[in-house]
Amino acid sequence: MKTILNLLAALSISSSAQLLNAEDWLQFRGTDHRGIADSSKLPTSISSEKNIAWKKSLPGRGLSSPIIIGNRIFLTAASTTDQSRLHIMCFNSDDGTTLWSREFWATGRTICHEKTCVAAPTPASDGKRIYALYSSNDLICLDLNGNLKWMRALMKDYPNASNSLGLASSPIIVSNTLIVQVENDSESFTAGIDLNKGTNIWKFPRTKKANWTSPIKVEKNVVAIQGSEGVSAIEASSGRILWSYGEGAATIPSSVASKDGSTIFIPSNGITALKPRNDNNTPEILWQEPQLRPGTASPIIVDDKIFIINRAGVLNAAKKDTGERLWRLRLEGPFSGSPVASKGHIYIASERKGLLQSVDLSGKEGKITGTIELGETILGTPAIANDSLYVRSDHHLWKISNPK
Amino acid sequence: MKRTLALILLLTTSTILCSSPDSIKTILEVGPEGKGNSKAAEAWSKITENADVNSLIMVFDAMDKAGPIASNWLRSAAEVIAKNLEKSGQTAIDPLGEYFMDQSHPPKARRFAFELIKKNEPITAKALIPGLLNDPSPELRRDAISSLIDQASSLKKEGKKSAAILIYRQALNAAVEENQVNPISKSLKELGIEVDLPKHFGFLMRWNVIGPFDNTERKGFETIFPPEEEINFSAKYKGKEKETEWVSLASSDSLGKIDLNKPFGMLKETTAYAYTEFESKSSRTAELRLGCKNAWKIWVNGKYIFGRDEYHRGQRIDQYKLNIQLKEGKNTILVKACQNEQTEEWTVQWEFQLRVCDESGVAILASNRKPTPQSEKQSRRPRRSKS
Repeated sequence: MKTILNLLAALSISSSAQLLNAEDWLQFRGTDHRGIADSSKLPTSISSEKNIAWKKSLPGRGLSSPIIIGNRIFLTAASTTDQSRLHIMCFNSDDGTTLWSREFWATGRTICHEKTCVAAPTPASDGKRIYALYSSNDLICLDLNGNLKWMRALMKDYPNASNSLGLASSPIIVSNTLIVQVENDSESFTAGIDLNKGTNIWKFPRTKKANWTSPIKVEKNVVAIQGSEGVSAIEASSGRILWSYGEGAATIPSSVASKDGSTIFIPSNGITALKPRNDNNTPEILWQEPQLRPGTASPIIVDDKIFIINRAGVLNAAKKDTGERLWRLRLEGPFSGSPVASKGHIYIASERKGLLQSVDLSGKEGKITGTIELGETILGTPAIANDSLYVRSDHHLWKISNPK
Repeated sequence: MKRTLALILLLTTSTILCSSPDSIKTILEVGPEGKGNSKAAEAWSKITENADVNSLIMVFDAMDKAGPIASNWLRSAAEVIAKNLEKSGQTAIDPLGEYFMDQSHPPKARRFAFELIKKNEPITAKALIPGLLNDPSPELRRDAISSLIDQASSLKKEGKKSAAILIYRQALNAAVEENQVNPISKSLKELGIEVDLPKHFGFLMRWNVIGPFDNTERKGFETIFPPEEEINFSAKYKGKEKETEWVSLASSDSLGKIDLNKPFGMLKETTAYAYTEFESKSSRTAELRLGCKNAWKIWVNGKYIFGRDEYHRGQRIDQYKLNIQLKEGKNTILVKACQNEQTEEWTVQWEFQLRVCDESGVAILASNRKPTPQSEKQSRRPRRSKS
């Protein structure tokens, strides 16, 4: 049976271009970085008895999210006592079988705060290749069969580009450019990397200040990069700065853009809703709500509402257009990962006990509709694809789905 | 038919053998900022395609000449070749064993060879572990040390104190990583044996220090103060607020921390320098391994080695590994350590821990090393005033 599954997986790899579809989850918080997968049919009321499809053992540590292309899941980890062994693994989403795995030696420093780890950034994919970044600033490109295409040792290139607490920003692909944001107190930069060669297309220095946020796509060729000073929009293909918002922003939760890219919701002064102008002048502030202050989790937009989870683990709902607060719901936190959503439900796993919680957002107030206690510390953000939710801890990867 | 197949196989093999050295050369030429990536990818494909046992060993041998990036390219090629050989039922245990046994090869590559052997011959690998106690590869040592720790722990539980002490001491002699050295040291202490941890790690415990110089707005990091231009213990210089001069500072900290708050007070926005001399028995390469959560710079024999302006983001033993060249006789080491303006409780530390060791982490002790200073009875640091 396993052989057949492996054969099928191999066949699907060879025709990967055809398989790339809206169901794929290609980067941190999904293909468009909004954490939404409305075409997936996830269980709306989760329970351990019904919804754990499989559980897969993992090596080492990791809090990166899985990414999914067709029926293949790609995931990173770091092992050995100093986390200097870097892993990239590919699993069959049907049964969790390992299709291939690759290991590399970290070339940069691997010191991290104990709460994070070297495999913190989520890899990105264009559907043809996997681009995996680690806190050691090793950037590795493999094709979907695990063949090495290129490598960068960014800490060798830029020796002070590291953070002794660990780096966590996830790279993203916009306009055929891999956007890598490496920000710390000593040598910060953002770079656009050529997908085929791994060389810099552009690179510019950033404020010397630790920052764990990830870039987000705003429009076809526009990326927003967030840091302690605020947010800048850059042209992905050239690195040209289009506009900047300079009122400061959080350095842990990342911004989120509306589906049409017309509004960016920034963790700044609580939440600041920003409307970029066509002429690239200073963007218009639509609203600011200091009471909507996210903790570690990034905000998420579902339909006409914005949701944030504060440091106390309380889910706050507000109107997307005005910031008017609607309701609050205490979840069982604390949370380090960010929520994802599908069909009017939010899913998030807590740090302690790994309590995966599903919340129905369709009523006048939010309602917890189910929980699964995974029993391990969960620090990462789930991924959604193939009508399933994928959650990882240091030790395991779970597939959560409706019973067949 | 058979002859045709044999001919095809021969041609394929000869093509591989011809192409592999060129392909390996291409991989060895990968450079900074992605230089050579495209050609290396083509070479990687050629090397891994239809490769045999000889190709695998050729790839391993190439790691002797490879830098960190090329090593990873080669490691990845070796990983794929080994998996393909395994699938086709071929074994490379003998040549991998030869490679592993030769300690002149890079420690990481030898560890990788050992893992491949272990995967196919786990019983053989287990039998090899005790012999790895003083291996140049810290990862290979680790298993052997763990085994001794387990044995000593059992003896301790059985009340066989003398035997436990002997085994723990044997483990300690080989241990280079803090997370093995510390538990061994703790167990030995429980058995009545004090371990000189600073000496074991090779921490530099005796310094001359001078400060405080200014670091307002963190500008002191780039400012060249007099100790960067001359080392003159009889000189006095203008400090941040008053005249400053060199004073001696000896640490008794078990992990070699040199606490600059002790001689200068718990100051903020200040810079200090620490100077020491290291007598080397020979001219040799070595590593300086630093732990520091303040901004720092280091010079060896007057030559700038590295610096970093990060404050209070974390500190651990061996946080930074710096390659240096020691000359026979006296070597000078100058450390600049800057404290910033932050006032949170976790930003009090103004300290560093520095040791000299070889690539494996084994301490290199100076011929002029004095006994480790004894701990002071009242070593508790006064709390910072909240006012």
